[in-house]
Amino acid sequence: MARIKRPRKILNPPSIKGFKPYGSDADLRSADPVTVLFEEYEALRLSDYDRLNHHQASIMMGVSRPTFTRIYAAALQKIAIAFVEGRKIAIEGGKVYFDSEWHHCNACGCYFNQPDKNIANPLCPLCGSEKISDYEFSGSPQYSRFSDGKCKCPECEYEQAHQPGLPCKAQACPQCGHAMIRAGAPRRNHKTKQR
Amino acid sequence: MRIAMASTGNSLEAKIDTSFGRCAWFVIYDTSNGGIEFIPNPTKGVEDHAGQSAVEFIKERNVSKIISGDFGLKIKPMLDSLNIQMIVVNDNTLTIHHIIQLLKKEES
Repeated sequence: MARIKRPRKILNPPSIKGFKPYGSDADLRSADPVTVLFEEYEALRLSDYDRLNHHQASIMMGVSRPTFTRIYAAALQKIAIAFVEGRKIAIEGGKVYFDSEWHHCNACGCYFNQPDKNIANPLCPLCGSEKISDYEFSGSPQYSRFSDGKCKCPECEYEQAHQPGLPCKAQACPQCGHAMIRAGAPRRNHKTKQR
Repeated sequence: MRIAMASTGNSLEAKIDTSFGRCAWFVIYDTSNGGIEFIPNPTKGVEDHAGQSAVEFIKERNVSKIISGDFGLKIKPMLDSLNIQMIVVNDNTLTIHHIIQLLKKEES
């Protein structure tokens, strides 16, 4: 069985859905469109429009450098087919997720993101203020402030602060080495789990 | 437009919850008719993947914004793909009532 594809990170969906050829017998030939995937569009954008090298672009998309090069090669191949054979290009599909930037409202102090990137200057969604600044943070803002969750050892009742993003099950108890569980969560019935 | 909020209780005086996946209640506010709905969070006590399950739960309610005190690390890519806006309230003493007043004022 093939390995599962890693989802590719895309900053913006393309502003158009595709391209149509024009010319003498374009209408006859363009019946069957070439499908360019979102990830291929993004690879082309990062590499040739933003002029990043494949290594930088692969980090932006969250894939390995060789994978990025394959995606990019597929994009060029498809565009070449469309150009030579005079076919339509449709940009759709692919295993992708979209990413967005964080903003900070200076009036009410909230943080928000803007998934719809057609809005250039967003207003604060809470208080409607225009005093918005960009906020640089990977993940979630103010992350450490509220991590009040605890990991608990089901064997010896040892507790430690929960590390955000790390499953409790992946933590070993420093006292007895047993896998930890989330404090407060009901312990799973091992018999029902096996079934 | 429907807006979801993570709440510590099922009254308007309840405060905004500081976690999204393990919050006590979800409050869904409908800006078109002013309707407010309180739903207990089914993923409150789960051992792991509370955030992902909460996103699955909330996306069926057709919300376009989610307000919470904080979100986990894995939530943002999911919500970005679903085109749902996240709003992180900095002041966690704000009540649900207060936030609804802000939203009403912002709309008018």
